[in-house]
Amino acid sequence: MATTNQTIINALFDDDDVLLSSVKQVREKGLEIQEVYTPFPVHGLDKAMGLKETRIAIAAFLYGALGLTTAISMTYGMMIVDWPMNIGGKPSFSWGENMPAFVPIMFELTVFFAAHLMVWTFFFRNKIYPGAKAQNPDPRTTDDKFLMEVIAGGDHSDEEILALLKDSGAIEVSVNTAEHA
Amino acid sequence: MFEFSSRLKTISYVLILIGAISVGFSFLAGGGHDEEHGEHATEMNDAHAEGEHGDADAHSGHHDTYAAAHHGHSDMPETSDFSYHKTASRATPENNHFYSSPEHHDEEHIHHQMENKPWSNLLVNSFWALALGLGALFFMAVQYAAQVGWSVVLLRILEAMSGFIWIPGLIILVIILTGWFHIGGNHVYHWMAEGIMNPESEIYDPIIAGKEGYLNGPFFTLRALVYLVGWVGAAMMFRKMSLLNDQAGVDYNRNWVKMRNLGAGFLVFFAVTSSTSAWDWVMSIDTHWFSTLFGWYVFATMFVSALTALMMIILYLKSKGYLEEVNKSHIQDVAKFMFAFSIFWTYLWFSQFMLIWYSNIPEEVTYYMARFGEYKGLFFTMLVMNFLFPILVLMSRDSKRNHGFIFAAGIVILFGHWLDIFIMIMPGTVGSNWSLGLVQIGTMLGFVGLFMLAVFRNLSKAPLMPKNHPMYVESTHFHQ
Repeated sequence: MATTNQTIINALFDDDDVLLSSVKQVREKGLEIQEVYTPFPVHGLDKAMGLKETRIAIAAFLYGALGLTTAISMTYGMMIVDWPMNIGGKPSFSWGENMPAFVPIMFELTVFFAAHLMVWTFFFRNKIYPGAKAQNPDPRTTDDKFLMEVIAGGDHSDEEILALLKDSGAIEVSVNTAEHA
Repeated sequence: MFEFSSRLKTISYVLILIGAISVGFSFLAGGGHDEEHGEHATEMNDAHAEGEHGDADAHSGHHDTYAAAHHGHSDMPETSDFSYHKTASRATPENNHFYSSPEHHDEEHIHHQMENKPWSNLLVNSFWALALGLGALFFMAVQYAAQVGWSVVLLRILEAMSGFIWIPGLIILVIILTGWFHIGGNHVYHWMAEGIMNPESEIYDPIIAGKEGYLNGPFFTLRALVYLVGWVGAAMMFRKMSLLNDQAGVDYNRNWVKMRNLGAGFLVFFAVTSSTSAWDWVMSIDTHWFSTLFGWYVFATMFVSALTALMMIILYLKSKGYLEEVNKSHIQDVAKFMFAFSIFWTYLWFSQFMLIWYSNIPEEVTYYMARFGEYKGLFFTMLVMNFLFPILVLMSRDSKRNHGFIFAAGIVILFGHWLDIFIMIMPGTVGSNWSLGLVQIGTMLGFVGLFMLAVFRNLSKAPLMPKNHPMYVESTHFHQ
């Protein structure tokens, strides 16, 4: 996200159920949640935050198709065109007739491409690639605390939001005016 | 409580009637196609004559004699055409000593194949029907053994399905006994032929005789009985203990632990018997041939068919307003199973196929030569139905939650695996004399009718939800 001067309000929770109900309350008030940091995946949080469905499945399919195509062209180029091979005593020298021998390669490369490219897609999409700067505003969320970032503004004053978060069960609230990367 | 509507009952009875007529007709028509029989006999002789070159080729496997053999047969062109080599190869059944014992070409053998048709048809269909029930029993045992939470709302359907096993089981037993005592022209199991294991006999086959210790009438029948008693017994015990939970004042948790032990015990029994029953009832048809992973391959067929049948029953019950507790996540998970085990089936099918194709050893490859010959069309149709179609249709999350999509995929998978079993059995029993028409489809419908009648009767006898199951509440809250 680009550098903004938005005021962000942080709320710390120590229970995932409380966090979940608080997220719902905040969204009911029409406030926008920038991010929630949790030490483990919280079931149903994505739905409560109103996150869009992931499109990684589509990406996986495309990567798999790419891997399959690579495997087919690779086996064709190597084993049929460049250096025709007698496979299992069946010297037909055509890709189609020898296809069963190439299936393991096709399978493995499909899986390899889908898996590896998916991991890298996930890393970059979530900005957690190697060398990425940590964005976690509070290191306690890697232990046993949950942190919600609410974008201040709209019809609500900062004080109102702070009070709302406190009421909904936050153990600590603070206004964070620091610039966000 | 599920109510077995009279409309559904009528449909089941009509299907059973269609099946009975089909089976009756197939036995009456029997080996009566005399003209057809003559035609095939000529074809077989031609094939044999053509095969002579192949024999010469086969004997000259060494480099030094290879050229000589080629000169000796000037009619054999220098060609790189693979299909030519395929026909001239010793791998064709006609040229293969392992495949073709002398009696394979005579009139009597073809007569046997014609007589086999109704029996093979019955075996294909009863084995397929058995798969639907047995796969469900296995799945249920896994749910108990692993103390699974999400699937509790489906357990009663699995119980009802496993209560069906005894019907196809009995029919298979009849096929075995009639084969053993040579009743009604049943030659489905070639190794049961009189004198085939007797060195004095004309039809003596040393390879088959070598398997006498395992493949003999009494032991074969005894094994079949052990399998059936074990499976049907386990199904009944599961049902009994599950119904016990419906009563008040039972220690549900203790009962649940007992069922876990039963499930684990059954899985051990099933691990052995699923393989051996597949060897016995299906693989021993091609007596010379064997494949070590055949049992798992058959198991994959069995399991994916049962999961699909489970899905169809869920969809039917949901459409009638039952099973409110079964939500979209349950449906998606069963659909995931259908998808995953279609791939599992393909994996095993291909593992068996590729190793045999690659090594090209005559006694192994004959199995596929027969299937690539007269069964080629069916063979590839089956592959598309069991692999390509499910993988494409059921891949996305949305399609796994769409009842119409799953239903369509289910029909294709069920019929695809019926074809798979057809192709496992028919080449060894009726060879080129196969047919797939009204009789075969009618018999299949008959078994569908039997399945429906048995399953829905069982379902109507107990509440659809095992409410006292310790994981019941967890299952109703299941979501992704």
